[in-house]
Amino acid sequence: MEIVIPQLLTGLAGASSLFLIASGLTIIFGVTRIVNFSHGSLMMLGAYIGWSILTRLPRDPEWFVLGVLAAALATAAIGVVLEITVLRRVYRAPELFQLLATFGVVLVLQDVTLWLWGAVELPLPRPRWLRGFVEIAGSRLPLYDLILIGIGPLVLGLLWLALHRTRWGTLVRAATLDRGMVAALGVDQRLLFTSVFALGAGLAGLGGALSLPNSSANLGIDLSVITDAFVVVVVGGLGSLTGAFVASLLIGVLQAFGIMLLPKITLVLVFLVMAVVLVFRPNGLLGRPQAEAREAALPAPVVRAAPRELRLLGLAVLLLAAAAPFLAGDYALSVLTDACVAILFAVSLHFMMGPGGMASFGHAAWFGIGAYAAGLLLHWLGTPMPFGLLAAPLAGGLFAALFGWFVVRLSGVYLSMLTLAFAQITWAISFQWVEVTAGDNGLLGVWPPEWARSPRVYYWLALGLAAGVALLLRRVLYAPYGYALRAARDSSPRAQSIGLDVPRLRMVALVIAGASCGLGGALFSYAKGGVFPTYISIAHSVEALLMVLLGGLQTMAGPIVGALIYTGLADLLVRSTDLWRLVLGAVIVVLVIAFPEGIAGAVRRLWLRGREA
Amino acid sequence: MPMTRRLVLGASGLLAMPRLLHAQSGSSPIRIGEINSYTSNPAFTLPYRNAMQLAVEQLNAEGGVLGRPLELITRDDAGRPQDAVRLAGELVNDQKVDVLAGAYLSNVGLALGEYAAQNRKLYVGGEPLTDAMVWEKGNRYTFRLRPSTYMQAAILAEEAAKLPAKRWVTVAPNYEFGQSAVKWFRQLLTARRPDVQFVGEQWPALGRVDAGATVQALEQLKPDAIFNVLFGPDLTNFVRQGNTRGLFEKRAVASLLTGEPEYLDPLGDEAPEGWIVTGYPGEDIALPAHKAYAAAYRARFNAKPMCGSLVGYSLIRSIAAGIARARSVETEAMVEGFRGVTFDTPVGPASYRALDQQGTLGVFVGRTALKGNAGVMQDWRYIPGEALLPEEAVVRSLRPASAS
Repeated sequence: MEIVIPQLLTGLAGASSLFLIASGLTIIFGVTRIVNFSHGSLMMLGAYIGWSILTRLPRDPEWFVLGVLAAALATAAIGVVLEITVLRRVYRAPELFQLLATFGVVLVLQDVTLWLWGAVELPLPRPRWLRGFVEIAGSRLPLYDLILIGIGPLVLGLLWLALHRTRWGTLVRAATLDRGMVAALGVDQRLLFTSVFALGAGLAGLGGALSLPNSSANLGIDLSVITDAFVVVVVGGLGSLTGAFVASLLIGVLQAFGIMLLPKITLVLVFLVMAVVLVFRPNGLLGRPQAEAREAALPAPVVRAAPRELRLLGLAVLLLAAAAPFLAGDYALSVLTDACVAILFAVSLHFMMGPGGMASFGHAAWFGIGAYAAGLLLHWLGTPMPFGLLAAPLAGGLFAALFGWFVVRLSGVYLSMLTLAFAQITWAISFQWVEVTAGDNGLLGVWPPEWARSPRVYYWLALGLAAGVALLLRRVLYAPYGYALRAARDSSPRAQSIGLDVPRLRMVALVIAGASCGLGGALFSYAKGGVFPTYISIAHSVEALLMVLLGGLQTMAGPIVGALIYTGLADLLVRSTDLWRLVLGAVIVVLVIAFPEGIAGAVRRLWLRGREA
Repeated sequence: MPMTRRLVLGASGLLAMPRLLHAQSGSSPIRIGEINSYTSNPAFTLPYRNAMQLAVEQLNAEGGVLGRPLELITRDDAGRPQDAVRLAGELVNDQKVDVLAGAYLSNVGLALGEYAAQNRKLYVGGEPLTDAMVWEKGNRYTFRLRPSTYMQAAILAEEAAKLPAKRWVTVAPNYEFGQSAVKWFRQLLTARRPDVQFVGEQWPALGRVDAGATVQALEQLKPDAIFNVLFGPDLTNFVRQGNTRGLFEKRAVASLLTGEPEYLDPLGDEAPEGWIVTGYPGEDIALPAHKAYAAAYRARFNAKPMCGSLVGYSLIRSIAAGIARARSVETEAMVEGFRGVTFDTPVGPASYRALDQQGTLGVFVGRTALKGNAGVMQDWRYIPGEALLPEEAVVRSLRPASAS
């Protein structure tokens, strides 16, 4: 007991902190269906604003409470601005497109926070009462942890009252169940969405400010928090507040005991929990099956083969690309090689996401698996590059099949989150299992053989593979299999009723996507001379999403356009300004608002205007 | 005024064609291409970049190197080795730099080392700590300035061996740096003190320590002493929970890097007292060279010099010395010139060993103390790097033959 009770209480305190963040995220998702990547950034802002306020106030408990509430209100206000200026303009965009906008916001806020508060982490000096402790079962427990344990249920209770005893709350719950119906009944959606976003942002700010006595305001909060918050929300069931509470308790307590029993497993543990829960309860612990939004009932337009003019343009671009080594310098060639890899990365994601209807948040996992397959074979067996390039797609496909067995049963955001979980587990293994993967130091010396070492030759190789795979995927999409896959996406029940084996179709799509992406990973490794865990980072997975969504889901050219624009833009910005995150984020937000169907999609619409009756 | 207009035109012409003009005058700058994690680790890298600029300005005021001015071009790797490799290509092929330098993260340093070996360019790493950079993965074209993980762990093990403590626990971030630090510390301490036992270990994930649970788990093992490798926000969280829960009371703590102002300052008045740490005592150093350097840094940037500043400043000085000794910016000549070159740093002379191309910039070891509301290093001493490295035969066995 002496060991169990203090660890349990510590876990409960951690659970409360988790719940504060997750509750805001789940409420926002429930009503607006937005996967808000910037939620962690809002918490970070809450911490920084809280620091700025609290360091200026007297250090007594009552002032602390006031300061924390003020920080939460300020963050809520920022949330309102964010909702009105950015998100409101993209609600009508296809699902997941808002995710792009919120990721742009993440990038912008990183630089804004750095500029406003500086690079050094800012801890709140703790007054005496915040350092107090209580002796329980022979161990000292921080008084503040006990306060936190109380705050979680308190916030849950208040939210429950707000949702169940006010008219506003009734509307929010109704919108969570069926927002189309709520709109049809004449409820002002704008006001509802803005207020919900403000509440969610305020909760994030509250969480940020309340984290100050235990940690500092620092620039790493945003990304370290957001994955944990996603996990809690998904385990609890999207949109379910009680579910989020139960999930935080589960994860907080498991974490506390996991640390004692298996200290090395902490990073993987939460994602394992998520994977297990989703396998047995595909909608989370307390989630309901997602009511299909009515807009989505309209099938996506059938992707037609590109018109002749576009195909000629594509051919011209390909010829130009093939001639590039005669026109460009070595560095430009290396960027173009990266662009070829980005094309592989993006078209493979597009394949499962567009026609397959399975949006992966962890696409970098296949990329990394392909890269490690090539790298490890080289290290263990001295396998030369051609075999590495062959083994990578095999490994990518194999692991895609393995993960796919879990993934294809799910749909929508749950599916996306499970892919994220697998990617994080893969990343954690590559980062922490130093004996095999060499950890973050990476596998080095992964260079192409003599004949392919010149940038020109390697570029041609990359171009050939990228173009080949893109054409192959295109071919697959216009084959009967491709039509069956799209049928499964548009209506799974109808597809099943005409005898299509939907899980199998989706599984095959996953394997094809995993294999193509794995090839990209290996190609990338030989170009960089090494394999590193950063290939599997969340940021890299998000890049794939960015490229696909920027280009547009509904055309085959979309991911290619997106990959080229993103690679070019990122390279240009990184070399020209220290504030590249700010500019890149702003450009992403603007593009999302201007082209809600993606760049290629917008071009296609302009092209078709007046041509189709 | 026609005069002014001509001047302006002339000046713009100068700006537009610097390379042409330099080529004519025969004093084109020596270009150093530097890559670092400016956006992902700004707390360390921004003071570091400032000091590099200071060093370049000072050297140019002294007449440059080989009669040519130095020019520094910096790039942001965003914490990703793959980006660093791409930008190295840009610096070498487009910017025509003579020397590559930089890196904060170990993997970026290793990736740049690989790039250097593959493309036969000289690369001088400043900050990365991993031993692999000059040992297992060392190569002919890679030099590293800072004392490595091994060197830092070695001095802490030496100090820890003097303590009566027998039951040790370790806490380190779960990745290569944390794992090697713990490995070396255990190995070196056990060699000196066979009676020491390691009774438990904690491996929180980097940047996401669950400090309360970690401290509680360590406390339950009732150790005599703790070896800590956490740094940055992880350290802040850990120290706060440890203070409240009494983990550090009546216990010795040996802690890697905690004496660096980058990590000690944020702890504020909760900075622990009496920890044995490696770090940087900053303006307490009374050496005239350091005083002059710190004063110049303050005058230029109106900020206190950090540990990163010392690294950045010494890095540029070491590169200038290496080039001067090689009398050329041709890569193979520079490799020979850098091997064994001695250079001045604000904390004393150091050199790049010919044996493994490791810099002998030393380590400050001392105890933490509270001064006013801030943590400082006390009773510190400076141990030159050469005293902390293993014997020559050991190093030779670790380093690949191709690296000579």
